[in-house]
Amino acid sequence: MDNNKDNSKFCSCDTKFQAFPLMNFSHSYPSSDIFSTTGKLEFRDRFDHFLARMGIDRMNHVVKPGLYKLGDPDKTSDIIVSANYKLSFDSVRDSLQHIDCYILVLDTKGINVWCAAGKGTFGTDELVKRIRLAELTKRVEHRRLIVPQLGAPGISAHEVFNRSGFKVEYGPIKASDLPEYLNERKTTPEMRKVKFPLKDRLILIPIELSHLLLPTIVLTLILYFFAGPLASLAVITTVLAGTVLFPTLLPFIPTSDFTTKGFILGIIVAIPFSILYLTDPNTSPGASILGSIIPLLIIPSVTAYITLNFTGATPLTSKSGVKKEIYRYIPILAFMGGAGIILLLLLGTLSFLEVI
Amino acid sequence: MFNSYLENTLEYYPENCINCHRCIQVCPHNVFTEGNDHVKLTNPTSCIECGACAQNCPNEAIKVEAGVGCAWAMIRAALKGKEMDSGECGCDDDGKSCC
Repeated sequence: MDNNKDNSKFCSCDTKFQAFPLMNFSHSYPSSDIFSTTGKLEFRDRFDHFLARMGIDRMNHVVKPGLYKLGDPDKTSDIIVSANYKLSFDSVRDSLQHIDCYILVLDTKGINVWCAAGKGTFGTDELVKRIRLAELTKRVEHRRLIVPQLGAPGISAHEVFNRSGFKVEYGPIKASDLPEYLNERKTTPEMRKVKFPLKDRLILIPIELSHLLLPTIVLTLILYFFAGPLASLAVITTVLAGTVLFPTLLPFIPTSDFTTKGFILGIIVAIPFSILYLTDPNTSPGASILGSIIPLLIIPSVTAYITLNFTGATPLTSKSGVKKEIYRYIPILAFMGGAGIILLLLLGTLSFLEVI
Repeated sequence: MFNSYLENTLEYYPENCINCHRCIQVCPHNVFTEGNDHVKLTNPTSCIECGACAQNCPNEAIKVEAGVGCAWAMIRAALKGKEMDSGECGCDDDGKSCC
């Protein structure tokens, strides 16, 4: 991919600009740079996708913002708008392998279309600015842009038209539906409905795990030395329940709230630990009872907290709903977790003093 | 029980609707469907408040307090002493964003 021509750095928020008149393309020629790309993904692209999915160097999977030509587009070719997150850009060019078109890449600071639209970086201002910088009015004779539907929270189509003369057409959610969309020129209700299938959920697991890796290792080691291997296994089980089991089973776990779903999972994985502590022949009755209560308090409250935090990784939850979940459940989780930790410390102290 | 998502801030004013179908095109949860004189608000509880419909409605027929349903961002904002609704996103706070 030849994208070395652009040495300038653009910031979407540094300038406000005015509406500009439509230009007559037949008398002027574009002077701005245009990059070339292909619809073929190379090994190094796929390796970069792998790193991005693993959460490695997370903010650096970027492409240069600007106009790209794919194949050999002419003045009638479509312009597809995308974000400068490599996974977004690559999914667009991968789906358009044999189609000559332009891809207009907005500067979203390396963030995907949906998240950037929510933040406003994939937005009307940035789109109008990129139309101007790429001198689109000189490159094409039509005035149409295909914007991904999930970019719509950041874009105001009528405002883009008023400020640039370009008409926004909302394309499909998934880039893989682009060829069909380009044939039919309209999205079907099926294309417009956001889905969150197993594959999309599983691919998030490494990132979720990477967020919790360090505290998990530290707690596992601490509990291994102070409370034994079963306790450190409980830590690992708790984290895996929240980060692996939960995304995998999401649609099948009862209740709608993410916190209660996580709580149910937490109870299920806590029960075996509770039973093991209760029936441990090497501990006194008092220690057994305390030991069996602690996992039931701590494990569900931690898994529930992890799964509540998964809301932002899904296209399923509203701000009002998440806020309600926070107010409803965080006090309960904090109380349960706190009580569990106090009992754990009590059990440790009493065992140390050989009281029980 | 255990469904915090039954209510949201979506408001629809059909008298302002000019039946342009923009909201239908942008909604990722099929909240709006086609009607005779104006679009119909069919699945209001499916709304995730992304704001795409209101942002793209040319005649202010839709209002919604748009935001991102991300507990992590809200809890982080609250811990930093900011409003939970401040719209801050926790995913790119590496100091590399220029804004």
